[in-house]
This record gives sequence, C-alpha cells and structure tokens, in this order.
Amino acid sequence: MLTLEGVVIEQGAFRLAADWSVRAGALVPVVGPSGAGKSTLLSVIAGFFPPSSGRVLWDGKDLSPLEPGARPLSIVFQDNNLFPHLTVAQNVGLGLSPGLKLDRAGWRRVEDSLGRVGLQGLGARKPAALSGGQQSRVALARVLLRARPLMLLDEPFAALGPALRAEMLGLVRDVAAETGATVLMVTHEPRDALRLGGETVLVADGMAAAPTETAALFDAPPETLRAYLGEG
Amino acid sequence: MAGRFGPVTGRARHPVIRIAGGAAALVVAALTLGTLVAVALRADGGPSLGPADWAAIRFTLIQAVLSAVFSVLLAVPVARALARRRFPGRVLLVTLLGAPFILPTIVAVLGLLAVFGRSGILSTALGWVGLGPIHIYGLHGVVLAHVFFNMPLAVRLILQGWLAIPAERFRLAASLGMGPREVFRRLEWPMLRAVVPGAFLVIFLVCTTSFAVALTLGGGPRGTTVELAIYQAFRFEFDLGRAALLSLIQFGICAVAAVAVWRVSLPSGLGGGLGRVVERWGIATPGLRALDAAAILLAALFLLTPLALIVIRGAPGLLSLPPSVLQATFRSLVVALCSVMLTLALALSLALMAQRARGLVAGGTEALASLSIAVSPLVIGTGLFLLVYPFADPVRLALPITALVNALMSLPFAYRAIAPALAEVETVRGPLASSLGMRGWARMRYMVLPALARPMGFAAGLAAALSMGDLGVIALFADPGQVTLPMQLYALMGSYRMEQAASTALLLLACSLALFWIFDRGGRMRADA
Repeated sequence: MLTLEGVVIEQGAFRLAADWSVRAGALVPVVGPSGAGKSTLLSVIAGFFPPSSGRVLWDGKDLSPLEPGARPLSIVFQDNNLFPHLTVAQNVGLGLSPGLKLDRAGWRRVEDSLGRVGLQGLGARKPAALSGGQQSRVALARVLLRARPLMLLDEPFAALGPALRAEMLGLVRDVAAETGATVLMVTHEPRDALRLGGETVLVADGMAAAPTETAALFDAPPETLRAYLGEG
Repeated sequence: MAGRFGPVTGRARHPVIRIAGGAAALVVAALTLGTLVAVALRADGGPSLGPADWAAIRFTLIQAVLSAVFSVLLAVPVARALARRRFPGRVLLVTLLGAPFILPTIVAVLGLLAVFGRSGILSTALGWVGLGPIHIYGLHGVVLAHVFFNMPLAVRLILQGWLAIPAERFRLAASLGMGPREVFRRLEWPMLRAVVPGAFLVIFLVCTTSFAVALTLGGGPRGTTVELAIYQAFRFEFDLGRAALLSLIQFGICAVAAVAVWRVSLPSGLGGGLGRVVERWGIATPGLRALDAAAILLAALFLLTPLALIVIRGAPGLLSLPPSVLQATFRSLVVALCSVMLTLALALSLALMAQRARGLVAGGTEALASLSIAVSPLVIGTGLFLLVYPFADPVRLALPITALVNALMSLPFAYRAIAPALAEVETVRGPLASSLGMRGWARMRYMVLPALARPMGFAAGLAAALSMGDLGVIALFADPGQVTLPMQLYALMGSYRMEQAASTALLLLACSLALFWIFDRGGRMRADA
C-alpha cells in the first residue's frame, strides 16, 4: 500500500498537498491541468527531491531515507527513458543490475522480457533504430524485469498516436497484472484514464485529491475537473 | 515538472571525485598562482625598469591593439559575405577558419615568410613591376602574423552573431521594404555592436602573450614583446631578477585584459552550427555580389596561400629529412600525448567537482579552470624555473615541464567543451540513472563517459595539436640535444636551411592536424547516439 502522509510540496509560489493511500495492486490515473503538479507528485514519490513536510510510505515503511534507485518502484518518464548509446538489451539489463553485471541467465531473462513486450530478437539494436512505440515497449520490458511493486508512469505515451496509446495501456495493464504492481499514471487524456480504469487522483488548485472511482469521477465531474475538461 | 526542482538525491558525493578534483585544483593553482608568487618574491627589490623594458611594454600593447583592430575590421566583410551567400565550398571554408587555432605558430610564420618575406612570392611579383622587396620584420610583420591567426577567429565569432539574428527579422525587414542600408542600420549594426567588442578583446588578450611570432618576426630591440624580453633576460643574460620583474608586468597586462574580456562575456568561436545561410532579399545586385565575392576570395587566398606554399616546398624533401628531425618528431609526439592525458584528467576532475559542488567552490573551480587564459606560458615557465632550480636541473626536466604547461594552456578550452556536456547529461539522463540505482563507476561508465566522448575527443584533439606545435616554454628550458619539433624548425630557420625547414614545417603541420583529426574523429565515432 502506498501512503502519502500529510505530504506538502513547496517551491516558491508553487504548493501541492496530498494526504491519502492507494491499496496494493490498484490502477491509478493521475489527471489535472498542466502545471498543477502531477509530475512533481511522482518525482517526490520516486525520491528525486523531498517534500517540504509529510512522509511517503510503502507498506507502512518510510521511504525518505532511500535513494531513488533503492525505492520499491520503477518510473517511466515522458522521454529519455533509454540511454541512446546502449543497446536495447543493455538498456533492459540495467533493470537487473545498474552496473550491467549480468551472467548468462540474466541475459536470458532480458531476452525473455523483450519477447513478452513483442520485441523478440531486437536486443542488439540501438534505441534510435526503433519506432516511438517500440521504445516505450523497451522501457516497459525493463519495468517488467525489475518487478518492483510500484509503477510510476509520467505521461510515457504522450508522443504516440491514439491507437498506439491504447495498445500501450493494454500492455501496462498486462505488466501490472503479471507483477501485481500498483500503478500511478499521469495523463492529460481523459480517455486514457477511463481505459486504465481503477481510481483517479485529480490534481488541481494546489491539491492532489484522494483517489475516486474513475468512471464515477468522469460521469459526475467536480467543478475543477469540469473546468479542465472544458465542460464548465 | 521535475525541472522546477534541483535533484537532491542520486547525485552521490563520491570520494574519488573529491580527491581527484581537489588534486587537480591544487595542481592548477600551484602552476598558475604558485609560480606567480615565486616570480613576485624573486622580483621584489630587484632591478628597476630600463628604457628597453618600457619599449617592450609599449610594443606589446601597440601590436596587440593593431592586431585586434585589423583582425576585426577585415573580418566584418568576410563574415557578412559568408552569412548571406551560398556557394560551393562554403562549409569547407568555414571549417578551415577554425584551423589556425590548431596550426603551429612557427609553421604559419614560415608560410607567411614564403609569401611576404624578402624573397617571397609577393616581393618577387613587386620586383617585376620595379618595386622593392617587402620588409616583413618588425611591427607590421608581427601584426600580419597575428591577423593571419586571429582574423579567422573573428570571422567565426561575427558569423555566429549574424546567424543568431532570427530569420523572421530579415523577412519582416524585407516585407517592410527595407533596403540593405536600413537592414544594416536596424539589424546588423546592433548585432555588431554586441559582438565586436568581445572579439576585439579576446584577440587583444591572445596577442599580448605573443611569443613565437615576436621571436621569429619581431625585429630587434624595437620589435620585442614583454614575453620575448622575458626569454631574452632568461636565456641570453640569465638575469633571473629582471625576468621575474618582466613576468610580473606580463601578468599585469594579461590580468587587466582578462578582466575586460570577462566583463564583456567571452564569446566562443569553437562551436559548430555555422552551416546555415541567412536568407536575404535585395542583395542580388552585381555590385554587392562582386563585393562579397572579393571578400571571400581575398580571405581564402590570404589564409591558404602560405599553407599551400609550405606543402609545395616541403613535400619534395619530406623523405630525406635528417634523423635529428625524426627524433624531435618522436619527442614532440610523446610530449603531446602526455599533455593530452594531463589535460583530460585535469578538465574532467575539475568539471566533475564543479558540478557536484555548490556556490563558492563551484565558482572557484570554474575560475581556476579558465585562469590559464590570462597567464602566459613564459611567466609560468619562469616561475617553475625559480621553483625547480634549487632542487634539480630544470633543463633535464624540459620535456615534462613542457607537457605540463601545455596541458595547462589547453585546460580552459577542454573545460569549456566538457563541463556543459556533463551538466546536460546529468539533467537529461540523471533521473533515469538514479531511478535505476546507477551510482559510482556504473553511472560513470554507462551514463557519463559515453555522453562525453565527443567533447572529450575534441578537447584531446585541441590539446594534442596545441602541444605538438607549441614553441613557448620549451624555448626557456630547451637542451640542444633534447629539442621538440617546433624548436628544431626554429633552429633550421635560424641557420637558413630553408628547404629542410619547409619539409620539417610540413611534417609538423601534418602531425598537428593528424593528431587533432584522430582524436576528434575518435570521439565522434564513439558517440554514435
């Protein structure tokens, strides 16, 4: 279970508060206007910078002393998810060992996970030789291999077309089901949120609201969400 | 959104980086500030300035001002022509404008002598129409050589300024019906006013530390720079007190010029991105076309003829060079490679430390890395001599000292190439590496070093070429039996063995360019992202 315990994030005039929990295995779209702090919230959970007050807990354990790489989570950014000078297999292999010290069994697991995201046999290529959708698949293959209990997705498919995005969301659901992971996914696309289902966190007006059932939220949107959706 | 906050974790303060950075900072501080203290102590209470010293100061300033004025004035029409004309060979010419930076000074001097010297092709041509030969030695020779070296730099800086004017402004000007005169007044003149002072000061600074040019083209007491005077006090009179005093004066001149450059924000002419051509309207008139063509043609002739003559005259004797030249080549290559390793080690250590530090330490490290722009090699050489002299024979250490001082001279350029790339990779790829738990050597090997391959290759190429062609501090210490290739070339010129000199110059030129090309190319090939 992920718990944000009285978390307040402040930077200059920017302020964001969050105080809620997400049960293990939940799928959680994070929506809200741009600049509201969706990515910032994920960055704090991932440990890139500390909140000004409050704590982030996983299964009751405080994460604040842990560096980003030691936290029980994987994060996929909007871009720069792959090192361009390393091969696809090496990029995925970093998920097993940050120093790429893999034995034969390790490399076999890398190849396996590439196969599971539909990239069988492409391990020797460099990322530049892949399409945008394939690059997203490489990042997901690494998430699969790391098998951390929490997945943070920061608009990872924003650059893809609608059909490809739907496909990737399906893959995310598969990966999450396979690893039993809890998923927090930032998106500005209501349809993506609905497709992922689960419970949605609405970030607006300095507040990350507690997760609400996604379909219900979009059926009867509160004032802030209506303004964002353009239905106000 | 993460860009709004600086990352706090994941940027481990690694002890190796602290130790390496601290050691590098110590070496640089000892060589620049330490040698200066040694010089100051020695000069204290020493002899006062004689008329010859005042003449050297005057000459240094006058030649530097004239060199900077002519370089910039001549560069403006060339840069304008390059900015607005598309023609075959334009990219090659712009690339060649970067070449004088890695060109051994003494080779260029030999090439200029072949054109403008007493028996050069220009004097010969003037002889046909009944005019006397040109006298190149003296103030105008020194200025000519400095313009040869620095006009291309000025062209690149000003060209950058031209290309930095947004294309939309030229379109707007055209749609408003502005002619070339109004475009110049509204768009180009403000740009020149912003760019030219910086270019002028950089060139002035470079020319105040001129040694090799003054050594070869300066004419006797009336054509002596302070740097040359240090050398003469040292080498011929062995008057260490006077050499130290002159070193202090040289430092003062450099420091004042450097502070001025600092305030005008130093432009960088080493970058790329000069491939674009400004789209212009109303410049297709025959007069303007002829003007631009003439500017480009004359600049190309001025830069290429001396080098072409070196190649033509040097090639026949290349295979029959004496063993002493080949030994000197080997020595120079070893010195250059050592200097490359030192440069990279210093630049990388300082850049890594500056990146991890905050506030004063970061600023101090950066200042230290740029310090040697303002310190002359001969001042460092004099200081090192004073420091080493009581303990060991400096002449026996000539080659290691040369490698070290050369590395120090290349450091500002290497640092400027490496530090921004380091900052960028940390910003762009740092979060990913941190989220994967990559730290220490793994982060260095798989994230940092691959991203630095290109700037490090470029820096290594610069350091190698600068060291290969350097005729500076080695002249202070040189043991006649242990000379480098530029020293050997200088000796050959001094004894008027011009054919051997031309072949040696060609060999030196080839070595410098090849070293630069190999390192730069190597870096580019490793950065295949």
